[in-house]
Amino acid sequence: MNLFSDLQTFFEHFGYHGPWTRVVEHCEYSLVALGIAAAIAFPLAVLTGHTGRGAGPIEALAVIGRAVPSLGLLVILAIKLGPLNPAVAMVPLVLLGLPPILLYTHAGIRAVDRATVDAARGMGMTPLQVVWRVELPAALPLILAGLRAGAIQIVATATLAAYVSFGGLGRYIVDGLSQYDYPQVVGGAVLVALLSLVTLGVFWLLDRLFVSPGVRSR
Amino acid sequence: MSIFDLPSEVQSSFLGLIGIQLEVSLGACAAGLALALPLGQLCLRLPRFYPPVLGVVTVIYSLPSLALFVLLIDVTGVTETTVFIPLALYSLAILVPGVVDALRSVPRDVIDAANGMGYGRLRRYLTVELPIALPTLVAAIRVALVSTISLMSVGGLIGNYGGLGDLITLGHTFFYTRLVWLGLLSLLVLAVLCDLVLRGAQRLLTPWARQYRSAA
Repeated sequence: MNLFSDLQTFFEHFGYHGPWTRVVEHCEYSLVALGIAAAIAFPLAVLTGHTGRGAGPIEALAVIGRAVPSLGLLVILAIKLGPLNPAVAMVPLVLLGLPPILLYTHAGIRAVDRATVDAARGMGMTPLQVVWRVELPAALPLILAGLRAGAIQIVATATLAAYVSFGGLGRYIVDGLSQYDYPQVVGGAVLVALLSLVTLGVFWLLDRLFVSPGVRSR
Repeated sequence: MSIFDLPSEVQSSFLGLIGIQLEVSLGACAAGLALALPLGQLCLRLPRFYPPVLGVVTVIYSLPSLALFVLLIDVTGVTETTVFIPLALYSLAILVPGVVDALRSVPRDVIDAANGMGYGRLRRYLTVELPIALPTLVAAIRVALVSTISLMSVGGLIGNYGGLGDLITLGHTFFYTRLVWLGLLSLLVLAVLCDLVLRGAQRLLTPWARQYRSAA
């Protein structure tokens, strides 16, 4: 194990302008992809969860989303659309983020106690109020878990974007592998791993901050 | 011009690639399951251990596959093991909660009844708890297997250990779209087929679960 000497070499080689730029690029890809995925999946899952219809199609979509190899999709898109077209990196990443957000949000809203929803209706809440003030807060832990699962998949897979000439932390791994420069590979790998852990931590924090204590204690 | 109109060496090794793909993905999931079953049992027996165990497998799962592959090159070299170990570890993040949820879904009175009938612990586990837990367990295995199959293709980036994913990296190197399509589609078909096979096996093994499912 030469992990630490490899890391030392890595930071000496790439100085001040290297890793930080890549980290920012990596975060940029991941955040945009997560945002798009959430914008598509979240309203859809809230709708199906609230009405209780469409569980089958969501399940099927999730299996497809999991089964599509992102690497293959990236390479196909890169060849078809040309390098550095933003859609090349975004399509696979968004596709990867959809299944967990859909599944968790749908399951979370379905799992809200029917008695609670009935009580809210009985109090005269409109359907929109029921969703906004009862179902969403109660389903928040699972919704966040879905976003977290999506975010982690996206951060991990944004590494592959470097294979088709994008930036991000995968750049070091891909370049290092083809240059037989193992310290560079290790540096990239450790940085991506750290970034994933940070993502995990951010969602843990969000969960602590925003989930109502009454919901969490159950 | 079809997708199967390929160089002969790829044609002759296509079945071989499917073989490697299945060997490593199925093997990794099996290894994960072999680890997850006792771990899940431990978490059920001592509930105190469940949150930390869950935390550890979630942290492992969050490490990007490419990062783990390349970090393992230092330890295991560029071999099949380098791809196998991370895949097996990743499957834990799905299988451990799967095992725990599945065994928790066994109703308490069924266990009491089995105890009353004089079943030993092992016999109760094998003949009562596992069969009842099977539908939930198989659901977790299906998720794990499908993601393992598609994740394995990333192994193509560290050398020739991506199974069908090798077709994708080869296609990229030679700018040969048909090869990429072949890799992508065969991975997709393989994953969906495995999912269907597991689903079918579960239906055959647990005929009683069907009625409950349709009633619910």
